Amino acid sequence: MHDQSLGELRAGLDRKDYSSVELTRHFLGRIHHGQRLNAFISVTEDLALEQARQADARIAGNDSEFLTGIPIAHKDLFCTLGVRTTCGSRILDNFISPYDATVVRKLKSGGMVMLGKTNMDEFAMGSSNENSYYGHVKNPWDEKRVPGGSSGGSAAAVSARLAPVATATDTGGSIRQPAALCGLTGIKPSYGRVSRYGMVAFASSLDQGGVLARSAADAALVLQAMSGFDRRDSTSLDRAVPDYPGCIEASIRGKVIGLPKEFFGQGADPAVMEAVEQAVRIFESMGAKTTGVELPNSEAGIPCYYVLAPAEASSNLARFDGVRYGHRTEQYEDLMDMYERTRAEGFGEEVKRRIMIGTYVLSSGYYDAYYVKAQKLRRMIADDFQRAFEKCDFIAGPTTPGTAFVIGEKSDDPVSMYLNDIFTNSANLAGLPAISVPAGLDHGGLPIGLHLIGRYLDEATILNAAHQFQQRTDWHRKTPEGFE
Amino acid sequence: MEWEAVVGLEVHVQLRTKSKIFGGASTAYGAEPNTQACDVSVALPGVLPVMNREAARLAVKFGLGIGALINRRSIFARKNYFYPDLPKGYQISQYEAPIVGRGTLQIETQTGTRNIGITRAHLEEDAGKSLHEDFHGMTGIDLNRAGTALLEIVSEPDLRSSAEAVAYLKTLHALVRYLDISDGNMQEGSFRCDANVSVRPKGQDALGTRAEIKNINSFRFVEKAVDFEIERQIDRIENGGKVVQETRLYDPDRDETRSMRSKEEAHDYRYFPDPDLPALVLDESFIEKVRSELPELPRARKARFESEYGLSRSDAAQLTRDRQTADYFERVCSKTSANPKVAANWVLGELASALNHHNLEIADTRVDSTGLAKLLDRVADHTISGKTAKDVFLLLWNSDQSVDRIIEDRGLKQITDNAEIEAVVAGVLCDHQAQVRQYREGNQRVFGFFVGQVMKRTRGKANPKQVNELLHEKLK
Repeated sequence: MHDQSLGELRAGLDRKDYSSVELTRHFLGRIHHGQRLNAFISVTEDLALEQARQADARIAGNDSEFLTGIPIAHKDLFCTLGVRTTCGSRILDNFISPYDATVVRKLKSGGMVMLGKTNMDEFAMGSSNENSYYGHVKNPWDEKRVPGGSSGGSAAAVSARLAPVATATDTGGSIRQPAALCGLTGIKPSYGRVSRYGMVAFASSLDQGGVLARSAADAALVLQAMSGFDRRDSTSLDRAVPDYPGCIEASIRGKVIGLPKEFFGQGADPAVMEAVEQAVRIFESMGAKTTGVELPNSEAGIPCYYVLAPAEASSNLARFDGVRYGHRTEQYEDLMDMYERTRAEGFGEEVKRRIMIGTYVLSSGYYDAYYVKAQKLRRMIADDFQRAFEKCDFIAGPTTPGTAFVIGEKSDDPVSMYLNDIFTNSANLAGLPAISVPAGLDHGGLPIGLHLIGRYLDEATILNAAHQFQQRTDWHRKTPEGFE
Repeated sequence: MEWEAVVGLEVHVQLRTKSKIFGGASTAYGAEPNTQACDVSVALPGVLPVMNREAARLAVKFGLGIGALINRRSIFARKNYFYPDLPKGYQISQYEAPIVGRGTLQIETQTGTRNIGITRAHLEEDAGKSLHEDFHGMTGIDLNRAGTALLEIVSEPDLRSSAEAVAYLKTLHALVRYLDISDGNMQEGSFRCDANVSVRPKGQDALGTRAEIKNINSFRFVEKAVDFEIERQIDRIENGGKVVQETRLYDPDRDETRSMRSKEEAHDYRYFPDPDLPALVLDESFIEKVRSELPELPRARKARFESEYGLSRSDAAQLTRDRQTADYFERVCSKTSANPKVAANWVLGELASALNHHNLEIADTRVDSTGLAKLLDRVADHTISGKTAKDVFLLLWNSDQSVDRIIEDRGLKQITDNAEIEAVVAGVLCDHQAQVRQYREGNQRVFGFFVGQVMKRTRGKANPKQVNELLHEKLK
C-alpha cells in the first residue's frame, strides 16, 4: 500500500481492497518502523484512526471526495486543533493549538487522515533540519546525511514511505530543497495561492504552503485541495484555482523553456548539472524548445533574502514572549528578565541569529541601507523574471548546488548553509510558483533535483511539465534502500 | 524675559466599530477580562490580521470633516516593542502613508477664531490593559481592548496656551461626536490625549526642546498638565538649566508631570510595512459616498441657528457644542409654537441645570423634546405662567405624567378671567387700606406686596400680566 500513488490509493479504497483504517494502521506501522529517522515530532495515532473511521463511513455512504481516507502528514508549522504545534521550537513545546490552519481544515474537510506532525528546522529557519529542538532528521537515502530543510521531516517521511504525502512550507526553498535531497516532487505555489492562516509565520511576504509528494500527479491533487482564497488571509488571492490534476496530462510540445545562464554558470556539482542538462534534453525530445534568458540580479538573491526574511522574522517572533502561551522561564527578577530568559531558553541558535540580523537591519540608521535597499533589489529580481517570461513559458535549472550533505558538515558555517538556497529563494522573492522534480542520482546514489519556475499564478504549466517528465523517467519511483 | 508656549496635541480617538480593527471580537466596553479576546487579539501563532473596512470609513469621515487630504493609498506598518499587553510584540499602525493627510480645525479662543493645523490622522490598533491591582505582586493582562480601532489625530505645534489646547480638544471632541465616529467617552478612554510642550522666548521662530506628556484624559487635566509643564520648563531655563527631550507622565493626584524616559532611553520602534496587510486603497466612489453621509458640522450649524432661529451668538454656540443638544433643541422647536429664543433659554437653563444636577447626558434626559415643547406651548397660550412652568418642569422630570395631566391634576391652570382677577384685586386693596395709602403717598415698593397678596389668594394661578394691569388701574 505504501508504494501506491494517491490515485491508486483512491482506487484501492473505492474497491474496498482496504479500508482507510487499514491504510492508516499500515502507515502508522511504517512510522514506527522508521522512527530512527526522527521525521515526526508528534504521531497522532488515536486521532488518525478516528479520522480514518469517519473517512470509511463517508466512503460507505458514497460521500467521499478524491482524498477521503488517504493519510497525510502535516509539517509542525501548521496549527492543528487540539494537537501540539511546536514549529520545532522549545518555545512552543507545550503549545496545543486551539484551531486548525486553513490548509489543515481544508484537507480535513476533504477527508484526509492526519498521521502526525513532522519535524522541521525551528520556525522553518534552516536548510538541513539540524535546527530542531527535537533533534535532526536523517535522510532515508543515507542516514548520515541531512534530508534538507526546513521541511526535512515531511521530506524524510514521504521519501521513506511513512506517509503517502505531506504538507510543507517554503520561504526560501524549504519545500524544494528537501524534495531535491530526498528524491521527491515538491511544489511551492505562487504567493497568495495557499492561505497562510494558521501557518506560523517566519517571513510573511515570502512564506507559502505547498506539498511534498512522490509525483507531480500526487502533488497536483493535494495542491488543488489546499489552494484558494481565504478571507482570513489578506494576502491570499481571490482567484479561481485551476484544475491542476486535469492540466497535467497535456503535451508540452511547443512550450519554451528558459535556461538562465546565471543558473548554469554557477558552481553547482557537475553531477547535478549533468542531470539538469539531461532533463532539458528529455523535454526537447518531447517537443519543447529552449531559449537562453537572463536573470542579471539573481546574484543579489541571497543577500536580499537574508535581509528581508530575518527582518520580518524578528517582528513575527516577538509574540513568543512567555506571556500568553508557550515556554516561560521558571525564575525571573522582573519583566525584562522574564523576556530575556524565556527567549534565551526558548529559541535555538539559528533563530536567535536571524532575530538579531532582522532587528539590526530594521534599526533606525540602518533601515535605508539594508531593508529599503533589499526591497528595491527584490523588485528588480521580480522584474528580471517578468522579462524572462516574455521569452519562455517556464524556467529550468538545478534546485540545489549539490546533493544531500553529511550531518554536521555545514552547521558551523551559516553562510555556506545559506548558499543552499541560491537557486530557490528568488522564486520566493518574486512570488512565483516553482517545483523540484527528481532528475537523477549522483555517483553516491543520492537524488538530484530539477527546478522549474513558472509564471505568476501558473502552477499548472510547471505541474504539467513535471508530470510529462515523469512519464518519460522513473527517478521519482526510486525508493531509498530499506524503505521499499 | 517673556516666554511663549508651543503646544501640539496627539489625540487617540476610539472609533465606533462593532468589531476590532483586524479581528472579529466585539469592542463593547466593560466585559469580563479576556472575554472579548479573539485569536487575533491574543496573537495566537499563525493568525493574521484582516482590515475592518468600517474603520477606514470612519477615518475618511473625519478627514472630510476637517477638509483634509484623503490618501487614496495608505500603508499599515508595524511598530515593534515588547510589552505584556501588546500581544504581537508590535502594534499595527500607519507610519509613512497615513489615511488622512493635512487638514485644519477652527477653534474659538478669547482672542478670536484661530485655525489649527492638523498634520495627519492615522489608523492603528489599541493595546490591552495591564492590571496591577488584585494580583498580589503579579500583573493581570486584559486583552479585551487589544485591537480596538483608533484614529490618532496629530496637530501641528500651533497652540500657544493651555486654554487654546483645551479649546482645540473640546472642538475636536464635539466634531468626532457630530461625525458619530466615536462615542468620545473620556472616562472609558475613547478620547485620550498626549501633549507636546515646549517654550521659547517670545518673538523667536525656532522651537524649543519639547517634552511629550502622556496620559492626560480630561479637559481639566490637559489644562493643568500643560500649565504645569510650561511653568516647569520656564523655571528650568531661567535657573540656568536646559529642557531635555523626554517623555513625561502626568500625575493628576499630585498635579505634576514627571519623567518617564529620556531621549536616550526612547524605543527604536523599527517601523516597517506590515507584510500581512496589503495597502489600503480607497476609490473615489467610496470617498464620495462617505462625503454624502456627512452631517451638518458644528460651525455651519451654529451659523444656521443664529440666522434661522434668531439666537444670540452665545446661545447658538452653546446649543451646537454637542450634536445631541443641538438635535434636542431642533426637535423642541419643530414641535412648539413658542419662540425659539424661549426654547433656547429652557434648554440651556432648566434642562441643562436638571441634567447637571443629576449628572446625566442629554441622551438620558427625563423630559423629552415632546414634553418640553408641550410645556412651552402651555406658556405661550397662557394656560400657565412662566413661573408655574418651572414647577411643572420639575414635576415632569420626576413623573411619567403628561404636561396637561400635571396642570389639570394639580389645578395649575392660570386664571385669565379679568372679572375674577378684578374681584380678588379689589378684595386685597380693601383689606390693606394702610398699604394703599402708603402707595398713593409715593411708596412704589408696596406694589409688589399687592401682587404677592393677589397671587397668594389665587394660589399663584392669576395671570401676572393681568394682575399688574388691574392693580395699576385700581391704584391710580
